[in-house]
Amino acid sequence: MNIHEHQGKELLRRYGVAVPDGQACFTVDEAVAAASRLGFPCVVKAQIHAGGRGKAGGVKLVRSVAEVRAAAEALLGKTLVTVQTGPEGRVVRRLLVEQGCAIARELYLGMVVDRASGRVTVMASTEGGVEIEEVAAHAPEKILRETIDPAIGLAPYQARRLAFGLGLAKEQVGKAVGFMAALARCFVEADCSLVEINPLVVLASGDVLALDAKIGFDDNGLFRHPDLRELRDATEEDPRETEAAKHDLSYIALDGNIGCMVNGAGLAMATMDIVKGAGGLPANFLDVGGGASTERVRAAFRILLSDANVRAIFINIFGGILRCDVLAEGVVQAARDEALRVPLVVRMEGTNVDPGKKILADSGLDIITASDMLDGARKAVAAARRP
Amino acid sequence: MSVLVDRSTRVVTQGITGATGQLHTRLCREYGTQMVAGVTPGRGGTAFEGIPIFDTVDQAVRATGATASVIYVPPAGAADAIMEAADAGLPLVVCITEGVPVLDMVRVKRFLDGRRTRLIGPNCPGIITPGECKIGIMPGYIHKPGRVGVVSRSGTLTYEAVHQLTLLGIGQSTCIGIGGDPIIGTGFVDVLRLFRDDPGTAAVIMIGEIGGSAEEEAAAFIQAEMKKPVVGLIAGQTAPKGKRMGHAGAIIAGGKGTAAEKMAAFRQAGVTLAPSPAELGATMQAVLRKGGLLQ
Repeated sequence: MNIHEHQGKELLRRYGVAVPDGQACFTVDEAVAAASRLGFPCVVKAQIHAGGRGKAGGVKLVRSVAEVRAAAEALLGKTLVTVQTGPEGRVVRRLLVEQGCAIARELYLGMVVDRASGRVTVMASTEGGVEIEEVAAHAPEKILRETIDPAIGLAPYQARRLAFGLGLAKEQVGKAVGFMAALARCFVEADCSLVEINPLVVLASGDVLALDAKIGFDDNGLFRHPDLRELRDATEEDPRETEAAKHDLSYIALDGNIGCMVNGAGLAMATMDIVKGAGGLPANFLDVGGGASTERVRAAFRILLSDANVRAIFINIFGGILRCDVLAEGVVQAARDEALRVPLVVRMEGTNVDPGKKILADSGLDIITASDMLDGARKAVAAARRP
Repeated sequence: MSVLVDRSTRVVTQGITGATGQLHTRLCREYGTQMVAGVTPGRGGTAFEGIPIFDTVDQAVRATGATASVIYVPPAGAADAIMEAADAGLPLVVCITEGVPVLDMVRVKRFLDGRRTRLIGPNCPGIITPGECKIGIMPGYIHKPGRVGVVSRSGTLTYEAVHQLTLLGIGQSTCIGIGGDPIIGTGFVDVLRLFRDDPGTAAVIMIGEIGGSAEEEAAAFIQAEMKKPVVGLIAGQTAPKGKRMGHAGAIIAGGKGTAAEKMAAFRQAGVTLAPSPAELGATMQAVLRKGGLLQ
């Protein structure tokens, strides 16, 4: 799960990570009031779940009430297209109005769970404001790394090594060490999967501050954080993905017209691949998961049918923990409830496959059965082409 | 011959009183696995269909001589269950649980450092040596004893590969689903090393997916150390960038971890790529025939 910059900064503030004073605003009047309180100059920042806002005109420096009003009016409701949004862009529904600051240096600080070491890695670089992937590709020696021992946390000597490595003056090092320690504590306690402070700025006064904050959470850890779950902004997500998440389904919308329902992420990806191989385009990735109930299968079916682009549905199930009879029951119920408007191709194998096949056969529904996944993909592609 | 589990493996189920734990303990026993004990804290002294239940793993191991554990404990307690099994000295722990927080796994990995416990999973189907021992949730009937080792990050895609092999009359030595999470106990290279050293394994199917660099590391190992033929597949060729495809580990981040990169690494390592997920069995059949390995 991703959150907005202003939410990230509020979270950081709670952990004692230094961030500029600011306020989230949903209307022009709120923005004007916030700026008046903070004092000028201040910065008006569009809040969307995508980077590259500055270059796309989503961040404006303002010096007066008239300017903040103009900036807020221009940004609220605007569709912002950045390098990360795709050509369709994102509608700006909220702003962060923040105190301006006198920046002396821009640095980069990030934390991620590193798969190779199985630990949290801290990355720091003097190349602030630049995407870290770009730095990694062109000047990997400029990225400093420290690996956090989970039994110890980020040790002070590691934070010092990073701070000195960034070329900070000795009076700034203590502040940077405190900043990094607080950030590392936030990462672990809030079950983050990614935290990026880009840029981390050193002010003319010598203070160290998070000028931007990108935070991603480990979805598997969210059950421990009901307060963080509340930060989900449904308007930033595909409505079908939001609906799927409610039912513990893993759904990703794609551009094609063949709706896919599969159990298991690997098989779901393989099904998308084979549909494409058969000359079709998948409308989605959908993993109904291992322990799917009849109810969950029905929800999945509804989500597939709610996509107007879907011209055929391909169900590819290899039952292990998910029993084929449970799947079949859910499909039959959903197909009756939802008035099945497109051809349905089913390939089923695995646990309780025979009772499952019987339920489908006895349902009286017009179901195209497939002997294996390639056969299923071909039949689905052919069905989607029917006028 | 096989790797990690065989007829002599004695299994304790952690989380035996939950619905999933009960169902699969029953199915594994019906398959022929020695299911010797269960653990549910507070239920010690009772039994599940004749299998004695204990409060702690340590008690279960001492009383029954269990040599492996399988975990169906819900996500919030799964990491603790793994550590308890390791602390009881079990050499093999298989964690089926899906949805374990990644930072819990960071701590578990640290805990396992220097211990003799091998962890498989979490978020995996388990491990099976056909005809001898099934630990996990895979449907037993699709398997057939034989000489092809199967290793995969995905559960159902493993079933797919196994099913295709069996339909062609090709049996399996041991099949291992290593799990789809970013941090797992046993990786591709660990399993490939086991298959390399197992005289009962003649060839290997390895199924990878997008995200991370485990497939690239496996390719390097295959190139340097594997003489046995390997058939490979990478799932997620059509996956979009930046989206987590169900598995927490399956995400193309910053342009890295794409199927194209992984397939190139496989090819360079001499792995025979299956043209599609429906042709894993047929590809292996051709490779075995070419190598004179098909009886």
